Amino acid sequence: MELVLSIGIGIMTGSGVWLILRPRTYQVIIGLSLLSYAVNLFIFGVGGVKSNAAPLLGEGVDVSTLTDPVPQALVLTAIVIGFATTALFLVVLLAARGLTGTDHVDGREQPK
Amino acid sequence: MSGWQQHFIIAPIVIPLVAGALLLFFDERQRVVKAMISVVSCLALAAVAIHLLRLVNSGDFEGVYLLGNWPAPFGIVLVVDRLSALMLVLASILAIPALVFALARWHTAGAHFHSLFQFLLMGLNGAFLTGDLFNLFVFFEVMLAASYGLLMHGSGPMRVKAGLHYIAVNLAAALCFLIGVSAIYGSAGTLNMADLAVRIGEIEGERRMLLEAGAAILGVVFLIKAGMWPLNFWLPGAYSAAVAPVAGIFAIMSKVGIYVILRLSLLVFGQGESAGLGLNVLLYGGMATIAFGTIGVLASQALGRLASYSVLVSSGTLLAVLGLSNGEVTAGALFYMVSSTLTIGAFFMLIELVERGQDAGASVLAVTMEAYGDADEEEEEVEVGVTMPGTIAVLGICFAACGILLSGLPPLSGFVAKFAMLTGMIGVGATGDAPIPASVWWIVGLLILSGLAALISMTRAGIRTFWASMEGTVPRVLVMEMAPVMLLIALTLTLTVKAGPAMSYMEETVRNLQQPGTYIDAVINARRAGVAEPSGPDGGGGI
Repeated sequence: MELVLSIGIGIMTGSGVWLILRPRTYQVIIGLSLLSYAVNLFIFGVGGVKSNAAPLLGEGVDVSTLTDPVPQALVLTAIVIGFATTALFLVVLLAARGLTGTDHVDGREQPK
Repeated sequence: MSGWQQHFIIAPIVIPLVAGALLLFFDERQRVVKAMISVVSCLALAAVAIHLLRLVNSGDFEGVYLLGNWPAPFGIVLVVDRLSALMLVLASILAIPALVFALARWHTAGAHFHSLFQFLLMGLNGAFLTGDLFNLFVFFEVMLAASYGLLMHGSGPMRVKAGLHYIAVNLAAALCFLIGVSAIYGSAGTLNMADLAVRIGEIEGERRMLLEAGAAILGVVFLIKAGMWPLNFWLPGAYSAAVAPVAGIFAIMSKVGIYVILRLSLLVFGQGESAGLGLNVLLYGGMATIAFGTIGVLASQALGRLASYSVLVSSGTLLAVLGLSNGEVTAGALFYMVSSTLTIGAFFMLIELVERGQDAGASVLAVTMEAYGDADEEEEEVEVGVTMPGTIAVLGICFAACGILLSGLPPLSGFVAKFAMLTGMIGVGATGDAPIPASVWWIVGLLILSGLAALISMTRAGIRTFWASMEGTVPRVLVMEMAPVMLLIALTLTLTVKAGPAMSYMEETVRNLQQPGTYIDAVINARRAGVAEPSGPDGGGGI
């Protein structure tokens, strides 16, 4: 499971980094979204990957059988903030498209 | 427990939050009401910040605030010590002139200026106060989200383009922030800065490596914010595109990164096995930044870019000097930070006034007004207040003062700051009997050269603007716009006159920072409200 998770994070990060280096604004935003998915999974992963374990501490329960609740709380916050900033970026992207008439990140096409 | 005084700690976050939210209820046309709320909030903020500074300076104030009354490593804490109090005062003092300047005309150039301004202050203050890494991330995002809006205030293709780059860079930085924070949590199991400082000693082997890697990634984020070369190519474009009052308040934003670096490097990486993590990066990166900024200052034609590169020079100086990790020099650096933030804030606002008489500046303003809509006819009625008499003379004097401050010539505070730093580096007995290392000589050289470059380009710009302009168009400047600039310059003058007390405060601050034990004890042993005096084992603080 750790292997699948880390390969998934790796692929998404790789694709994300490649995409944010592309010249089109839409590619940049998709790249940022992919990166934020990868980062969210990474945050989730640092608490240790466990399946079928609750993040609840009960009487007489061994601590090592629990999942860590803190990364889960962190990842929720990160998702919300990431979502909001991505939406904001989308608006700016549309404004830039409207004002410059091109979707190039520099606001003008590269001379051929 | 000092009782109700304790609640002042959270006030710098709550005041702008409430004011910003309240402002949303008023329509954009009710400008007077909006302006009133904003000004009252900023004044209250300044009063609270100064009060906190006094409390902290008096020495017997426990500056820890437990949110939700949860004990320290489990809940989130707000901590005010000398350094955060200083930053709070600096931010709120800079906010007042920027706001007053905006009231003259710029706040009408787009929607929700006042709310965004308040939220920016909230994010700034939160970042200065928080004692928790993830909470720092949240406040960073609050600050950045507001800054995205403010940067594009006034609209226009240039600002939107700059905003696009700025947002992309900062979103990528936010992701790095998360990676760094989660790597630190994964290795240390805590996000509380004080708790982290305690636990870092017990972390061994691979986990320490992960922790240091996490801290390094986190450091990159703050270096992006501070504008260290080669992470700073976004900065000149963004700062010079922003409208004047926004650029003025942005002068403190690049200092947030420096604040966090100073805080974490001395608190967490001050001693133990990981001591001095990344100091060389700060030292050499800072020197490269000074060099880059200096070249930029010399090469800039437009005044806006000149000011932006001055931000870089100021950041580079601070980073390089912090990289030396020498107490006396760091105290000088804190003084320099206050002085240069006020100077750059004043300079950004002054530029707009100076350029108003010239074609370039006027056309930018015209484009802005045009892009936003039919602001033209409203503009006339908006310009309340009196036109400044003897405009050119006052502008010229302020410009000269900014030049003197930026280049660090006597008699203003820029000189005192640089002198304090240089004395710490190469003064008599600065290094004892040991010879002064080569890297220090490099910093000294770069510091002096950057001052010279600032002097040259300010002189050149001054001659071009004030002496060589043949058209004879005197810019129409309002008292309300000139007063903030003069206030900031007067503040630097006060700082010069009161350099003694200010320096002793900075020295005390650095002494406190170098003994992280006090900070850690205060946070870990912070007593909960309503719990019996000795918090005892049932206090839940079983660490």
